[in-house]
Amino acid sequence: MSVSINVKNIVKSYEKADALKDISLSIQPNELFGFIGPDGAGKTTLFRILTSLILADSGTVNIDQWDVVNDYKEIRKITGYMPGRFSLYMDLTVEENLQFYARLFKTNIKENYDLIKDVYEQIAPFKNRRAGALSGGMKQKLALSCALIHKPRLLILDEPTTGVDAVSRKEFWELLKKMQKKEITILVSTPYMDEAALCDRVALMQSGKLLSLNTPQQIVDDFEGNLFAVKTEKMHPLLNDLSSFEKGIRVYRFGETLHLVSHTEPEKTKEKIKAFLTGKGYQDVSTEQITPVIEDCFLALMNNTTSS
Amino acid sequence: MSNREKIIEVQNLVKKFGNFEANKNLTFDVYRGEIFGFLGANGAGKTTTIKILCGLSKLTSGSVQVAGINVNKHPEAVKKRIGYMSQFFSLYSDMTVKENFRFYGGVYGLGKKEIRERTLFFLDKLNMRSYENMLLKNIPLGWKQKLAFSVASIHKPDIIFLDEPTGGVDPITRRQFWEMIYEASDNGTTVFVTTHYMDEAEYCERVCIMSEGEIKALGRPRDLKNNYQANNMNDVFLKIARNVE
Repeated sequence: MSVSINVKNIVKSYEKADALKDISLSIQPNELFGFIGPDGAGKTTLFRILTSLILADSGTVNIDQWDVVNDYKEIRKITGYMPGRFSLYMDLTVEENLQFYARLFKTNIKENYDLIKDVYEQIAPFKNRRAGALSGGMKQKLALSCALIHKPRLLILDEPTTGVDAVSRKEFWELLKKMQKKEITILVSTPYMDEAALCDRVALMQSGKLLSLNTPQQIVDDFEGNLFAVKTEKMHPLLNDLSSFEKGIRVYRFGETLHLVSHTEPEKTKEKIKAFLTGKGYQDVSTEQITPVIEDCFLALMNNTTSS
Repeated sequence: MSNREKIIEVQNLVKKFGNFEANKNLTFDVYRGEIFGFLGANGAGKTTTIKILCGLSKLTSGSVQVAGINVNKHPEAVKKRIGYMSQFFSLYSDMTVKENFRFYGGVYGLGKKEIRERTLFFLDKLNMRSYENMLLKNIPLGWKQKLAFSVASIHKPDIIFLDEPTGGVDPITRRQFWEMIYEASDNGTTVFVTTHYMDEAEYCERVCIMSEGEIKALGRPRDLKNNYQANNMNDVFLKIARNVE
């Protein structure tokens, strides 16, 4: 039921900038695939090309056997798309919005209720409220319901969790995991690096390019060098001091610790960092070798592209 | 801590919209030069509080002093002492970098000479001197955010309010932005910041977590993690903040 996607050599430029620079990738049926990257990475542009809303300058996209340009009518029938900006009708009620989208696709709420049940149940108590009067989290759930009401085989969600708090983000991802079980290929974009771990595979994107494409685990395994979390009783001036530890060392803040990337033997490095910081008057120095998370990998990959 | 100068004093703050109580009896202080994280789920009442602190919204009852000024009585006086920047509203995209500085400098009543000095000071600091005549809309997002922070500081405010300043910004720029926050704090500016990035909560001196219009927790990240037996601030947040929809 769910579809596969083949993107080949897609290039797209706007007046002032190259939004996508020769992107090729393929997505398997029923995959939960994440596009991770900051604003300006090209995520939205790619999604608009995949949904046949804009045309690429060159390159091809196939969704199953269909070409995204020639067979756009077929593709639109099977695709559910939730744009980054809320785009339902503010003056219609929750239920009216849903009815409207169902009728556009020549179906009704009842027929596919099973699919949207988990999401829609949470907003059903407000079904007579106008969409404009909903809170951010509820709007998002309504938008997801509307994107699902025609039982799409491909679901494309553009930054569904941006500006959403950590609790609601967690709930949203639990919903996506449930959706995936219903044989839908799901593409989702996000600027939050921690959400990468919840996808089957991810593409890390920056300025129209793929930095990496793999399973979250493999991206972490490919991290070059050893990563250390350094903590002292005084954190504030630590970044400055630790930057002079070795020539060209990479060190950056990461939550309650600093992360330091080293290419020398771990145990020796730990001892050296400790001695170095103690020499500078720091107390309670703790250095721990840790497993990188996606954000560490992203930072390393960004660093490679800017320095090369 | 108790002998530090209080720059924000909130006592028994209540804000009602009709029957709905958006802020239920909030009491807290913020100190001069502090980086104060203001967290909560969407709909917890954060924006309501910030609007009141900035003099943009009237409180229902309680008292709020900002930079020694009673906000409810003198909202205009407060506005001169604070800076504000958000992810969504900041600079004018059809004006150049320099014009944005000039506009905001003018709004805050700075003289021509002072505006010029402050503009150059920030542009040099950001290494952006050669971009002063570029339209804002042609400047990449990460730089825009740094400019917005600078513009919000042009009148040397006592307090700067940052509402999700780093949303959508790449991880390197996000960290550079926090260096700017540290620098402002070192120079005595109080930074009042909201964010959905929980690693950024760790960068704050103290953090206040709101839920359903109430303060559920307030303290240093280290102490909150101990109290809630959590490994990081994300876990603390998940334990405290419930969705109020």
